[in-house]
Parts: sequence; structure tokens; C-alpha cells
Amino acid sequence: MSGYWAGIMAILCFNIVVAYSVFLPAASGQLNLGAAGFVAIGAYSSGYISTDLGAPMLLAILLGALVTGFVAFVISFPILRTRGVYMVLATFAFAEVVQGVFINLEVFGAAAGYPVAAFADLNVIVPLTIGVVVFVFFLMTTRLGLSMRAVHDDEPVATLFGVHARFTQVTAFTLGGVVAGIGGAIWAHNFNYVEIQNFNILLSIFVLLYVLIGGTQTAFGPLIGAVFFTLMPEALRVSEEWRFVIFGILIILMMVVRPEGLVTRTMLDRIKGPFIRRKPAPVVDS
Amino acid sequence: MLLEVEALNVRYGRNHAVRDVSLSVAEGEIVTVLGANGAGKSSLLKAIQGTVSSSSKVARFSGNDLLSLSSHKRVSSGLVLVPEGRQIFVSMTVHENLLMGAYCRRDTEVAADIEGVYGRFPNLAQRRDLPASVLSGGEQQMLAISRALLARPTLMMLDEPSLGLSPILVNQLFDLITSLNREGLSILLVEQNTHKALQTAARGYVLELGRVVVEGTPEQLRSGEQLEAAYLGAG
Repeated sequence: MSGYWAGIMAILCFNIVVAYSVFLPAASGQLNLGAAGFVAIGAYSSGYISTDLGAPMLLAILLGALVTGFVAFVISFPILRTRGVYMVLATFAFAEVVQGVFINLEVFGAAAGYPVAAFADLNVIVPLTIGVVVFVFFLMTTRLGLSMRAVHDDEPVATLFGVHARFTQVTAFTLGGVVAGIGGAIWAHNFNYVEIQNFNILLSIFVLLYVLIGGTQTAFGPLIGAVFFTLMPEALRVSEEWRFVIFGILIILMMVVRPEGLVTRTMLDRIKGPFIRRKPAPVVDS
Repeated sequence: MLLEVEALNVRYGRNHAVRDVSLSVAEGEIVTVLGANGAGKSSLLKAIQGTVSSSSKVARFSGNDLLSLSSHKRVSSGLVLVPEGRQIFVSMTVHENLLMGAYCRRDTEVAADIEGVYGRFPNLAQRRDLPASVLSGGEQQMLAISRALLARPTLMMLDEPSLGLSPILVNQLFDLITSLNREGLSILLVEQNTHKALQTAARGYVLELGRVVVEGTPEQLRSGEQLEAAYLGAG
């Protein structure tokens, strides 16, 4: 694989992982526009643990993810008091605060950035990414996944049937934090340099876009969204000047044509239809 | 008495929605609560279910003090509410909606109970893997009731189940309520369809502006003038 494609692959993995970090809260009805903040925490903390504390890289990635998850858990309580567009603003504000903190922290090199020693190549990144994807797919089939979707659809009614809505939301938000931490750790150990300027609002917007346009109804959404939006700009490189124009138009078209996202449950059913024989419904004499 | 509340009050800020309501449901009984829009019927059910806060002198359900039970403990103790306007989970399949009904159960008979529901409603069985949003209004109401049945209730509270259904479906719905009752389910029914509700129920209460203005058997309610007055605002 050429260096160019290896670079694209690493970014693709990063985008997929971060997309899933936004998907988990989104699947239970919370829009998170603060992905960049969580990614930054994961990148700096895992980089610090592997470089300054000398921990093995994989352990550093894991610990970085846990640190990010812990931060997400703590801030989920104030943030989950807000809803809808206010939650978007609250998470955005959180990411801005994180950026403000790291740009002033001398221990992480402040604005100059923080070099990370250990290098994670695709042999590390790809399995990690697959692990995240498999984990989210599995999670969505569990009782917790079901209650996340119930809260997304109708929180008061989910409560009527005994779903603990607050617990579900906090868990989804925290798990999203853990996954964002993994994304940040991938970034830190692949580029070997963490600069807070990379984790700005544009990253949060793009990732939220991957998830919303990919679709929040199924775990396929963020995967398709991230792959599509990472590879498409590369494919459009042929017409250099116009590629962002085409990109923007495509986004608008998607919102018009498929507001519920690229991948919906109905669509999955249609794709599966011809290939998978479903158990026929039992015939009952009435 | 299966359900017994005395002097129940619900306040939303300065709005006193339910005032000193006392009500009871015996085991195996169908009891209806009638009243115009804004009389406090839905608030009363939500207060019993525990999703809005209330104060009361007595609130007991099958021997337990309701106040000591959180909303989801009430579900597992056999008290379930079918909310107004059906409120199914639209992005879930029919089957997943039914699973949500059994959310609080830990036993192993959930799958068998779901098959039982499919036996009762072949329409739902045929659409088990389709998103619930494609169901018709009548099917959605059947799904909402089936979902509540999967919680294995002893008392089912229904909030205006006939809302928005065609006359034929309303008849089917009340037949269903009657047959569920014959199978041993106690029912507390809030309705705007006074005629059907009084045909089905053994006893009824009429609410007006949050107060019980009259209670009794369907004959007593039909013959009195308070029922009409409660709806027309006269008197």
C-alpha cells in the first residue's frame, strides 16, 4: 500500500471511530456537536500516558479512552439537562472550553503542540476500528440498545414500560466518550503530534454530518456516512477547484432527498428481502 | 380493592388539574372515567402510573402503597398505562415494540407471550418485522394494547383508546376490552366515547374541572343530568 493510501486509510479509520462516538448518543436522541473536545482529551491523555509515563501504546490507548469516558460521564449530567438545539450548543461550548484549556496547558506544549513517541500503524488502527464497529453493532442488539432506541423515539412512553431514561442517556453519552477517546488516541499515535488546532469545530460538524447523513436508525449509518464523506473528496480530486462546491451540493441534495439518512431500517429490509428467507408469520385460524 | 385512591391531587404550577379525586377499581372490574377535554382524566391516569407527581391521602395498588413505588416498579407490580394517541415506537419494528412491553420482565415466558399476541392479532404477526410506522391507526392501537399486555398487568389503564378510530374499529376495540376483562384483566378506562364506555363498564366516574361530580353504575350515570352537564358545561 502506498503512503498516500495508508494515510487515507488511517484518516478513514479515525473518521469511522469518531462517527460512532457521535452515533451512540444520537441513537438515544442526543445531538453531540462536541466530538472534537472528546477526541482532544483522548489524544492528549493517551499521548501523555505513552510518552511521558512510558506505558505500552495499547495500554495508553485504552487508558486514554477510559479517561475520556470518565470526562463524558461527569459532564453528561449537566449536558443531559438540555434538549434539542440547546444540547447542540452545550456540547459545542464544552468542546470550545476543552480547546481553550489545552491551548494554555504548558505540560502539553500549549499552542506549539505535543509530540507523541509511539507510532501506531494500520496493523494497530484497523483492528481497533473493527473492534469499535463490532462493539456498536453488538450493543444495538442488546437490551440497552433497544432502550436507547426507545428513548430516542419517545422518552415518556419508554419510561412507562420501565426504561430508566436518564441511566440510558448517561450510558450512551459515556460510551460515546470512550469511543471518541479511542479516536483521539488513534490520531495521536498515527500522526505522532497532537495540536489542539486540529480538534476544532469543523471536525465536530463534519462528524455529526457523517452520522446524520449516514442515518441514526441503524449502526450501518455512521459507517456508510464516514466512508462516503472520507473517500468522496479524494474521488473528486480530479477537478481540484470545484471539489468543495460539488461536496457542498451533494450534502444539500442528501438532506433534501433523504432527510432520515442514507441507511434506514426500511432500506435494510428491502436489501435483505430477496436474500434472506424470513421465518414466515405463523398462520392462525381466527 | 385492587386499586384505591383517596383525595388525589395533581397540580401543574398554579393549575390544579385533579382535585380530591377518590376512586377504586375492584379485581376483575371495568371502571370508566368520563369527562370533557381538560377535565383532568389523563392527569389522573398519569398520576396513578407515577409519571406526574401527585399528593393523596391513600393510594394503594394490590396491597402496596403506590407512593413508595417508582414508576417502573409500578409497571412490574402489574399496573400499566396505554397512553393517549397510541404512542408506539415508530422507528422500531412491531416485534421490537412488543419486546419493549416486556422490558421489566425477567421471566422466560416472554417469547411465548409474544406468540400469544400474534395468535390473537394475525395482522401484527404478518407485519412483525416491519417498522411500526407502516401500521394503520387501528393496528397501531392493537399494538399499543398488546405491548401493554406483555408487561403482564393485573390492571390496565387505557387513555382514550378509541381516539381517531373508525366506528367499526371502535366496536372491535371495545370487544377486545371486554374479552381481556373476561380473561381476568381489570380495566380503568378513560373515554370520550361515553356511549360505548358506559355499555362496557360496570361503574363510572364523571370528572368536571378536576373533580368527581357523579359516580355510579351506567344506569345511574345515564339517567342523571350531571353527565350531560359535565360535557356541555351547563348547570
